Amino acid sequence: MHAALEIKNVTHKFGEFKALDKVSININPGDFTVLLGLNGAGKTTLYSLITRLYNNNTGSIKIHNFNVRENSSNALKNIGVVFQQPTLDLDLSVEENLHYHSALHGISTVDASSRISEEIGRIDLNDKLKSKVRSLSGGQRRRVEIARSLLHRPKLLLLDEPTVGLDIGSRQMILKHVKALCKKGDLAVLWATHLIDEIDKGEKVVIIHDGKIIESGDVSKVIKKTKQKNIREAFNKLVGIKT
Amino acid sequence: MKLIIYFRCFKGIVLREALRFVHQKERFFSALVRPLVWLGIFAAGFRSVLGVAIIPPYETYIPYEVYIAPGLIAMIQLFNGMQSSLSMVYDREMGSMKTMLVSPIPRWFLLCSKLFAGVFVSILQVYAFLIIASLWGIIPPISGYITILPALVVSGLMLGALGMFLSSAIKQLENFAGVMNFVIFPMFFASSALYPLWKIEETSEWLYYVCFYNPFTYAVESIRFSLYSQINLEYGIGIIVFTIIFLFLSIIGYDPGRGNLQKKGGK
Repeated sequence: MHAALEIKNVTHKFGEFKALDKVSININPGDFTVLLGLNGAGKTTLYSLITRLYNNNTGSIKIHNFNVRENSSNALKNIGVVFQQPTLDLDLSVEENLHYHSALHGISTVDASSRISEEIGRIDLNDKLKSKVRSLSGGQRRRVEIARSLLHRPKLLLLDEPTVGLDIGSRQMILKHVKALCKKGDLAVLWATHLIDEIDKGEKVVIIHDGKIIESGDVSKVIKKTKQKNIREAFNKLVGIKT
Repeated sequence: MKLIIYFRCFKGIVLREALRFVHQKERFFSALVRPLVWLGIFAAGFRSVLGVAIIPPYETYIPYEVYIAPGLIAMIQLFNGMQSSLSMVYDREMGSMKTMLVSPIPRWFLLCSKLFAGVFVSILQVYAFLIIASLWGIIPPISGYITILPALVVSGLMLGALGMFLSSAIKQLENFAGVMNFVIFPMFFASSALYPLWKIEETSEWLYYVCFYNPFTYAVESIRFSLYSQINLEYGIGIIVFTIIFLFLSIIGYDPGRGNLQKKGGK
């Protein structure tokens, strides 16, 4: 079976600044992996490369064995993305936004309608379908974005700090929902965050710092390897935060 | 990738633009008020100052309002093209542009669809303007209402592509406002929109050449001739060449490897 995401030796520079340095990550189908790093560590740059907003000039990025540079269409078909910044059109309704996304993936209107009602039901926002996005709360908008990212049935879901700016209740609801999606099928998830409390034991973590992957693997193994009590302490030790 | 997939994508992008247009009614009215102010106030004031000789495509002496109508139509498209690209800078800053760019459909097709969507909206505005302009006595031959359409499509594409290229080259929304001043006004004034080229040549030769090579002049003149069901090959070919150049530059500008997105690092 191919890896859901296979990144090998990717380095990326903006002028002289090295945003990513020899990054390699492997995520299997069904994995929930947390990409943990401080702000400015290189998480968003990495997401931009995976989604081909930028080209990777070194190394390779494959999604289910499709190289993002050489076979971008097939690679992108398999990715669902929730960006750090909200990307819904505030002046359109939830339904119009979701139909627009479906069209961008070439899904027919009939097919899109049934998928929309399925996904919107899963996030429990049926009654908001006709509402303007502007009238939704931050948490509801995020849930809609997650529903949208799943409309084209991707095999890899990328979320870039999806819970930033949300209250605790909304954060927990979103985290729970995505973890449940992951458990149900073969959907692999890469969840970028700097919020350590979003990581559970038994999950996989990739720690990025100054553009380099400084540790990766099962949370329990990372804790053990760093000889710390929990992932917070392990992270602090790895990135040199003194408490 | 199947053709139907492209068609659905195209339809979705045009529909979104149309919906945004419907939801933003003030955009429609401001797009109409601008040329009507020019027509109702500027043209009325200048009709006694400026005399327009008989020049093609006109077969007789015409009032000044009739002369500037094609220029005002092109103005609608110029503003629409710039507004559309302004929204692209906004979308990029706000993030919603990314949604489009991560679609599996080739980027050149997405950008062209977005351009066509903008042109579609500008054509709606132009026809609304033509209806109101008929109250000022600006009534072209009936066939002109149909023959103007291809010229509107090409000029809309050219001005939209220019705006799209600018949007790819500009980092922030604030900078874009400045560029609007440096693009819209010089383009509009240094063209044949308000005065015929021969009149400009009489005044200043260098200004005549500036106006003559201004892409906006090609849009204005293509619209002018097509409104009277005529074709001017020089302007027709010129506008197509400019469209291809601007389209090429904007596709390069949004190319993930070579374009301006990469250089800007994250915006």
